Amino acid sequence: MSAVKRKKRDGRNRARFASGPTGTFLRLVFSLAITFFGLLLVTFLIGRVLPIDPVLAAVGDHASQSTYNRVREEMGLNLPLWQQFFIYVSNVLQGDFGQSVLTSNSVLYDIKRVFPATLELATIATIIGVALGIPAGVFAAINKGKWPDHVVRVIGLAGHSMPIFWLGLMGLLVFYMKLDWVAGPGRLDSFYVDFIEPTTGLMLVDTLIEGDIDLFWNAVSHIVLPASILAYFSLAYIARMTRSFMLEQLSQEYILTARVKGISEHRIIWRHALGNVMVPLVTVIALSYANLLEGSVLTEIVFAWPGLGLYITNSLLNADMNAVLGGTIVVGAVFISVNMLSDVLYRLLDPRARR
Amino acid sequence: MSNETLLSVKNLEVTFNTPKGDVHAVRGVSFNLGRERLGIVGESGSGKSQTGRAILGLTAANGKITADQMTFHDVDLANLTPKQWRKVRGARISMIMQDPKYSLNPVMTIGDQIIEAYREHHKVNAKEARHRAIDMLDAVKIRDPERVFNSYPHEVSGGMGQRVMIAMMLIPDPELIIADEPTSALDVTVQLQVMAILDDLVRDRGMALIFISHDLQLVSSFCDRVLVMYQGHVVEEIKASALHEAKHPYTKGLLNCLPKMDGDHSDLPILEREASWAEG
Repeated sequence: MSAVKRKKRDGRNRARFASGPTGTFLRLVFSLAITFFGLLLVTFLIGRVLPIDPVLAAVGDHASQSTYNRVREEMGLNLPLWQQFFIYVSNVLQGDFGQSVLTSNSVLYDIKRVFPATLELATIATIIGVALGIPAGVFAAINKGKWPDHVVRVIGLAGHSMPIFWLGLMGLLVFYMKLDWVAGPGRLDSFYVDFIEPTTGLMLVDTLIEGDIDLFWNAVSHIVLPASILAYFSLAYIARMTRSFMLEQLSQEYILTARVKGISEHRIIWRHALGNVMVPLVTVIALSYANLLEGSVLTEIVFAWPGLGLYITNSLLNADMNAVLGGTIVVGAVFISVNMLSDVLYRLLDPRARR
Repeated sequence: MSNETLLSVKNLEVTFNTPKGDVHAVRGVSFNLGRERLGIVGESGSGKSQTGRAILGLTAANGKITADQMTFHDVDLANLTPKQWRKVRGARISMIMQDPKYSLNPVMTIGDQIIEAYREHHKVNAKEARHRAIDMLDAVKIRDPERVFNSYPHEVSGGMGQRVMIAMMLIPDPELIIADEPTSALDVTVQLQVMAILDDLVRDRGMALIFISHDLQLVSSFCDRVLVMYQGHVVEEIKASALHEAKHPYTKGLLNCLPKMDGDHSDLPILEREASWAEG
């Protein structure tokens, strides 16, 4: 085989490697690493430029200059910035975010405690939002300009206009106080709280692992109201976007083709059009999910939900730097992974994106 | 050509209600169609595509179809419920769309789309349907039907896509095929191949064809009869073989616009239009 030919073949092999499933995976990992590195750099710099002196916070105002210097050295703050960053990165990679001043636990321990609460709430809210939002949007689109369209729009607009804390309080007043359909604030009735071993931290899962059906229904009864209220917001957004994507798809040529074939309107909408609507919609859903995962402070306060939003806010108000930075990294990492997830789903849903 | 009339259209009107007032796309078109190949020619906006769509009841929502008569065999196309339409579309009358890039669903495999067209009208199991679809892909001269069956529309070329379209629309074995500019989106070299495949299949299966195009030359070589449309009217109806005897000045004008390969290299004349033709 001539050298030229071999070179050509190598090039083709490389192209195939970079475009195959392994290549896609490697590129995914690479871009993930770069993004995460950027996230660490930014949080590190924020931590350094903020006018909070961590040494002073540790030794207090009245410490002597020699104590101050010794502690400063112990904390590694006398080292050059790049070296500090290196230490910071290696700590974070080992899961060491430092101690929280406020709770005097390690930040990792705290986050392991609060994040599942938020994760559970956001996931249930997103499931409700998607399950109701997509049909509502489709329904509005196929009845464009008629009363169902107006109804969906008014409900959606109302969802967006009402302050969430007010909605939360009203929900508690009506469904907990007056009707007694759901349980009140918190994740479980306070009587039960210590019964459950936090295996995953997800109350709905943990109660099932312990096989306690009563506790499971108690947890469901607690999560329904806050999840529905959060879902209302993402529902309004998802329905709105579904409607506009749907209208766009229904005017495409391939819909006419499907009609020519004599296919039912039901199948045209739910199989042909929705199959194409799901492609851009996946990004919309992922972003709204990521927003909820950040922790919805107001809802968590109203429902005494011990989640991430509440934790970061409290830490921020108490200048608990390690906790804030740790929380920020978690939020950032959540955003990155949800984006990755939506990328993967996008590839699954749109064959044109699979390269 | 037999004398049996498949489709009879009398005084078809298609009107669109737009914010700028009513637009009359088709004004009083009448024709009868047997088991033959009828060409409809005209420039953009002459109403030729809207005529084809009206036959399938697929005029856009803001359009209104009226006709003194529009019957297919004994089916009155002017008064069908959506459910009755679904028995006609695909199964008895089908349409080949213009550009496979837009007229095939991008997120469904080609095989699924063909099978869907077949199973809508024939009660067969999945295996039999798959078998049928692959046979049909073979019939439109696709060399590797198995691979194309599992491909997505963006993975095949335009010419291949249009063969897929033909396979999909012919598989339920309709009696009438409306081909709306089936080759306009294709490369010139592929146009004739695709036309030849369509022509063969239509002949073999004894289907009737309405071939809508702006290409007078192409239409006259594949059709028995030609309707020439101008601004929603049929200005001339003529046998394809007798095209050179056309009487109407518009048809003559269209014929004169074609470049000649031999001799005459003078400038091509500009097509003249007279307002009176649109009143006909």
